[in-house]
Amino acid sequence: MRFPFKTSYDHDIRLFPDWWNFSLYAALLALAVVLPFMIDDYFLGEATSVLIWAVAGLGLMLLTGQTGQVSLGHSAFMALGCYSCVLLMEAGVPFVLAFLASGVITGIIGAVIAVPALRLHGVYLAIATLALAILADDIIVLTAEWTGGVNGKYAPPISILGVTVDRWSTPDLYYWMVLLVVVGVTLAYRNLLRAPLGRAFAAVRDSEISAQAMGIDIARTKTMAFGLSCAITGLGGALMGLFSGAFNNETFSFLLSIQLVMMIVVGGLGSIHGAFLGALVVSFLPQVLSITAGALGRGVAIPGLEAAVFGVMLIGFILFEPMGLYGRWLKIRTFLELFPFARKDMFRRQKAYLKTERLR
Amino acid sequence: MSLLNLKDVTLKFGGLTAVNKLSLSVEEGQVFALVGPNGAGKSTAFNLISRFYTPFSGSITFDGHDLLRLRPSQVPGLGIARTFQNIELFHQATVLQNLLVGRHRHRRTTMLEELLHLPRVRSEERANRLAVEEVIDFLDLQPYRDQRIAGLPYGVRKVVELGRALASKPRLLLLDEPASGLSVEETQNMRWWIDDIRRHMGITVLMVEHDMGLVGKVCDRVLALADGAKLAEGTPAEVQSHPAVIAAYLGTAAVSKGADAKGVRA
Repeated sequence: MRFPFKTSYDHDIRLFPDWWNFSLYAALLALAVVLPFMIDDYFLGEATSVLIWAVAGLGLMLLTGQTGQVSLGHSAFMALGCYSCVLLMEAGVPFVLAFLASGVITGIIGAVIAVPALRLHGVYLAIATLALAILADDIIVLTAEWTGGVNGKYAPPISILGVTVDRWSTPDLYYWMVLLVVVGVTLAYRNLLRAPLGRAFAAVRDSEISAQAMGIDIARTKTMAFGLSCAITGLGGALMGLFSGAFNNETFSFLLSIQLVMMIVVGGLGSIHGAFLGALVVSFLPQVLSITAGALGRGVAIPGLEAAVFGVMLIGFILFEPMGLYGRWLKIRTFLELFPFARKDMFRRQKAYLKTERLR
Repeated sequence: MSLLNLKDVTLKFGGLTAVNKLSLSVEEGQVFALVGPNGAGKSTAFNLISRFYTPFSGSITFDGHDLLRLRPSQVPGLGIARTFQNIELFHQATVLQNLLVGRHRHRRTTMLEELLHLPRVRSEERANRLAVEEVIDFLDLQPYRDQRIAGLPYGVRKVVELGRALASKPRLLLLDEPASGLSVEETQNMRWWIDDIRRHMGITVLMVEHDMGLVGKVCDRVLALADGAKLAEGTPAEVQSHPAVIAAYLGTAAVSKGADAKGVRA
């Protein structure tokens, strides 16, 4: 176990507490950068897909893990990000600008939708946002003139400063582009956590009443969280649509939202690591399932198997490991660091004292 | 002019009159206590000042500002900080983070600056940390700085909540039962702190407290409430010996014949 010796307040503001921690993440980033030289194109595509899921997941993590607001409507914002990016590109806007603008547009529309939606609490908010996700499907069909409706759209070629980035011909370039987005979003997320707004998000999650007593405007803070969350998820949606090459109203069905929720719960609510671990699970689980089914000698795919396994996993994690995979890793690490002094109940959640919720 | 003024404030929940024509004024630099039996409307009065409740009638002003025009989240901006009866801390966060949330009313940076962590965000964070460290020193919270609230004993949580209110550098501090659930020693500490908060920090204190020992030692002025209405007001000794107050606590049989029993309901 290491005990960092702090000599200035900046020690607690910096992104990394010490050199060891910094070198770990630097090594991880270096590994991610050289990955295209180590694996073949198929697995590089899978890695890209993991990173895209992670971007979308970070968006929902900000809202659900950080601010405590459940949303089952984030597939709608992925669709919004994707369609706005592609439509801007078709209108002749350079990719980089169109991509950033799609995030901004999704964020603003998300914030506008949040104003009425965030008057609802808990499960009611979940239901309202689920309705939004289902509605998005219909809206895409109704606006077929722009969106292509059921027939869908083909992603236009991406060109950054004259260099063509394509999933099939230059998968490594596409991977590096997504990696850049992931690093950018993660940095912004971390910056938020060490700033007053990030603390305000957590304050709203833990106790609305005392957040208000500290001068935090609940409605404004929730709206900001929703907007930011939608913006990040919109970027993820744009990357996903461009990556799949073609997309229609069914690409961004509400099942995608549920997968997103499952991803952050399985990964570990309220942590950046959780979003990445969850992305790994969501991307590789279908492969693992099909390989297992193949090994069992069944050529035929079992319909609904994937959804069923996802559902069982979600319930299992909520029951047995509410802190998700990252929480489990923290427990294992603490056990090893303190060995043999770790106690079983070190991570047990203490029941909160009586809450002043009746004031709401 | 006094710092905080409540004038004829009335609040009803359905048929129940929780606060009935309550008037009080707290002078700058005072330690003012609200006492009274359970359900007298003391915490309700606090929640009215914090604007969690809107009164039926009456007016509340703080330093010339009409509080009734403000939303709850705007009240701390004027320099009013509070604690809660059932500690309302952010359980998943550390003591340090909790105290930093107390600094929120001093936030000057925008969302974009914070996302990019521009130099101004860092300098503001250093200033926030410095202010919080002063509070940590004042309340002797150093051993708990990086511990999560969820693992702390009740007495420490109580102090952390006081610290979070102090971190916002308020002019008026509302303490809802600061000594409830504390040991004798912790109550003693709380007494010195309240004394120092008034004397060295120049903060006016309005508190709800049942421990008459503590009230007698730190308060200049006491107001006794029963059933939402004012029973008596004065120095701690005056209020404690007031017949109506004794009646409210012990029952009407204890009142001598000549006592004013108007405010007391059977």
